Amino acid sequence: MTAETVVGVGRRAAAADFRTCPYTGLKVDAAAQTLIKANAVAAVVFLLIGGLMGLLVALTRWPAVHLLPADWFYLVLTGHGANVLLFWIIFFEIAVLYFASAVLLNCRLPAPKFAWLGFALMVVGAIITNVVVLQGESSVMFTSYPPMMAKPNFYLGLILFAVGALIGCAIFFATLAIAKQERTYEGSIPLVTFGALTAAIIAVFTIASGAIILIPTWLWSLGLIGEIDPLMYKVVWWAMGHSSQQINVSAHVSIWYMVGALLLGAKPLSEKVSRTAFFLYILFLQLASAHHLLAEPGLTASWKIVNTSYMMYLAVLGSMIHGLTVPGSIEAAQRKNGYDKGVFEWLRKAPWGNPAFAGMFLSLVMFGFIGGISGVVLGTEQLNVLMHNTIYVPGHFHGTVVTGTTLAFMAGTYLVLPLIFQREIVWPKLAKIQPYLFGIGAAGISLFMMGAGTLGVARRHWDITFSDAELSFAHSAGAFLMMGLNGVFAILAALGGAIYVLVVVGTVLFGKKITAGHKLTFPLHAGGGAAVSQYGSHATTKLPGTIVLVAIFFVCFVLYYFINWKYLSELWLFR
Amino acid sequence: MTNETETEQTPEHVPMMQQILDNPFLLLFLGVTIPTVLYILWGVMEVASIPLAD
Repeated sequence: MTAETVVGVGRRAAAADFRTCPYTGLKVDAAAQTLIKANAVAAVVFLLIGGLMGLLVALTRWPAVHLLPADWFYLVLTGHGANVLLFWIIFFEIAVLYFASAVLLNCRLPAPKFAWLGFALMVVGAIITNVVVLQGESSVMFTSYPPMMAKPNFYLGLILFAVGALIGCAIFFATLAIAKQERTYEGSIPLVTFGALTAAIIAVFTIASGAIILIPTWLWSLGLIGEIDPLMYKVVWWAMGHSSQQINVSAHVSIWYMVGALLLGAKPLSEKVSRTAFFLYILFLQLASAHHLLAEPGLTASWKIVNTSYMMYLAVLGSMIHGLTVPGSIEAAQRKNGYDKGVFEWLRKAPWGNPAFAGMFLSLVMFGFIGGISGVVLGTEQLNVLMHNTIYVPGHFHGTVVTGTTLAFMAGTYLVLPLIFQREIVWPKLAKIQPYLFGIGAAGISLFMMGAGTLGVARRHWDITFSDAELSFAHSAGAFLMMGLNGVFAILAALGGAIYVLVVVGTVLFGKKITAGHKLTFPLHAGGGAAVSQYGSHATTKLPGTIVLVAIFFVCFVLYYFINWKYLSELWLFR
Repeated sequence: MTNETETEQTPEHVPMMQQILDNPFLLLFLGVTIPTVLYILWGVMEVASIPLAD
């Protein structure tokens, strides 16, 4: 089959208002462009709120600082979770869905008024949840496990947000259908769009699961239902709580491919292999939700092991495929671009001064080494007991959601600003250092929380000195050191986050309007538009640098995995 | 000439796997059904089958 995306053969394309991007050659529907802008701006606003709350959490958990009183700590921790794990991420993901469908397929966005309704519901829901959290009496953490009960508007806000996001997904699917019907492309959709499709499918499962559990919980908080079974709640809630983070994985992997294509002209090594990896996500990634319930006595070992071991490992296989094919496609493109000497010239001469590339590559490396490896360890039933409910768990998911997703989304923003907002990036020197500051800070947060968790520090705990406990307990000096370093690196990450917000807001408000003939400060590859929007592989196996990187990854993976089994053997003595 | 025209008009064979991957609504069905059965339904049935304490 010839599967090429054909540009500009739409029969009803004239019905929409299009412009042609001077850098990519893609046709951009005005309605899609405005919605992408709105969702991206909302995302950054909630990142600012959630990031500030995260800094307050880290400064409170730093024993020498211990900033907030207990009630404020739990309030801010609840708000931090909702703002960064849901609102920042999902607003940005809706922007990614509209970009990957309408823009990459050269198609109009159907029913833009409906899309605005979804956006409005998301904004209203996010505001309601934030207000009710700040009012107090809803400090139930992101997970809001019964029998802890928040105010009804806490759940209502989340439900409205979820309905809005579901509308965004529906618009995405409708755009795919219309693009096919109007023949704005032929054959298969581009890989980046396929990755966004994966994210949208997982989003539908996530939001449906959220509705199944949050609607009765809302009714319970209103007094209309007598009881919510805590274990039943946990099972269904985690289908939303963890799967929502799997939307992120699919979306940020798409952004990795997109950045490689636009900046370096990178095509996938093999469309079939990369799509198969996304297909593994579609089938199995959501099942990793079960690893939150590995310590629950009410669920059988069969359910736990089938979901977290057999099925989750198939999704992990997908991630490892992307871990090979993303750097591989970049290496292949760089060698084609003339950087063909030795094993690593392609990497040394990559555009490290371009924040989109630096953010993307740091995200790729740190997601794999920190979030990925620790996720497999946590997802192993026997090893999970070593770290269950310790601060290792937030260490792991900061490795996935912050160093992986957030950094990738930040990288993507540096492309959205010139291509969609049509503004030149202000303060390029600040923008250049931003991914490094944020990436190193976020990596430190993840690693030191994981280190403290390995030493037994509990998650979601206001005071590790147990100063008001009747029975005293003292953590090791190492645990205190880890929590202090976590605070230091949180400041570094917050600085990187603040620069990101500053550059984005500055660019949107004051950035030079891009006109015809303007040369971008951070240029794109001449063939970037075609590489990102057309089906096609860069079939090569000459990837010595990638093979070395992947080999290093596997050695680290195997060593860390077996080190944890060694730890377990020391705790769990059979005599 | 006739043969060439016939060849051009013959629909190309699309491998089954590619047909699956090119159908977003089939993928949506699979991506919702499999975790619903393996994770939610199976998990809820296990919780529901826990005997109540006397």
